[in-house]
Amino acid sequence: MFRLTESPRLSEFERKVLPHLDAAYNLARFIMRNDQDAEDVVQEAALRAFRFFDSFRGENARAWFLSIVRNTSFTVLKRNRPEEANVMFDEELHGGQAPLMAMGAALDRAQDRQTVRAAIDQLPPEFRETIILRELEDLSYKEIADIAGVPIGTIMSRLARGRRQLQIILSKPK
Amino acid sequence: MNHDQIRELLHAYSDGELDLVNAREVEQHLRACGECRGVEEQIRALHAAIINDAPAFRAPAHLRKNIRAALRREARADEKKLSPWLIFATGAAFAAAILGVALFQTIRVSRDNAIVDQVTANHVRSLLATHLVDIASSDQHTVKPWFDGKVDFAPEVHDFATNGFPLVGGRLDYLGGKTVVALVYQRNKHPINVFVTPASNSRDTAASATTLRGYNILSWTRHEMNYWAVSDLNQAELRQLVDLLAQ
Repeated sequence: MFRLTESPRLSEFERKVLPHLDAAYNLARFIMRNDQDAEDVVQEAALRAFRFFDSFRGENARAWFLSIVRNTSFTVLKRNRPEEANVMFDEELHGGQAPLMAMGAALDRAQDRQTVRAAIDQLPPEFRETIILRELEDLSYKEIADIAGVPIGTIMSRLARGRRQLQIILSKPK
Repeated sequence: MNHDQIRELLHAYSDGELDLVNAREVEQHLRACGECRGVEEQIRALHAAIINDAPAFRAPAHLRKNIRAALRREARADEKKLSPWLIFATGAAFAAAILGVALFQTIRVSRDNAIVDQVTANHVRSLLATHLVDIASSDQHTVKPWFDGKVDFAPEVHDFATNGFPLVGGRLDYLGGKTVVALVYQRNKHPINVFVTPASNSRDTAASATTLRGYNILSWTRHEMNYWAVSDLNQAELRQLVDLLAQ
């Protein structure tokens, strides 16, 4: 007598969470750095989110789903490529401070997509995550902090350092 | 703030995360300091380069399809598992409902206290240099539309500059796990946060006063909205703003 012909839980999940599949894939793609791993991560994260959907109370479905995607990404990254998960960017090795006036010219040179994406790929994964959520997904510091599970101050310092590193990479002659 | 302190805030400024008072201070400094202006321009140039040359990846169509199929399988498996549970759950729900009614009063009182706590914490946080998220304008016709699409209700926004309570701007904040509107007013040097959120109870109430850690808090309900005004301003003057808002 309680059998339902279609699951209202599933339709609610499809309505609230699936619209954020593009954002989920974008985040996973930048953390994992290849298509196949990103697809695996998003599929796993979507199933995981569905299983835990009852625990979703808030209104920000995007931030909730993205936090599951990022946790899944980092779990896979640590399991499959532990050496990458702990890479730190050596600012000295990469040339120190970005020369102030070289930036404009460097960005003109960086015409093709591959250059900027390749520069982002050189950052440590936590920095890639922060930069993507801020610059491409336009999330607030508070949302990014909630997703990454760190204080806002950490997000601010990752953004400042991540951007400086990108400027250093992009201002180096090819 | 001096040059070094401003430099620390340039990212937050560029990201629109500074509150009004600090954003204005940064703007003033930028007019005078070429070095900081250069840094701020770099941040913006980098943002433009990422948007243009490293646009967001989009989920491939086959991934979307696979996920939908996997979810449907999962949902069917769940239903089979859950059927006997539902019968038990129905009984449990009745028991919980009875218990819930008994607990309601107690919970409501402690929840009110928790909200006052959060209101005060939000106010204090909004005064720190690192806080955040603002539409900087004294124009009610700029502030009000800014909230469109950010919250699912339309707050009333008025400037009371002629009454000595100029509107400084607006901000999104969190209260009781929900996104709420924060309107920022100023009385002489005292900032005032007014939090607005839809009310579950539509009856208008008069403002009731509380004090927490030296801050005055007035809360009331009007036109199906709950309001909290919080400030270090004295209660009598804070009430003047409340009267203006209730007009």
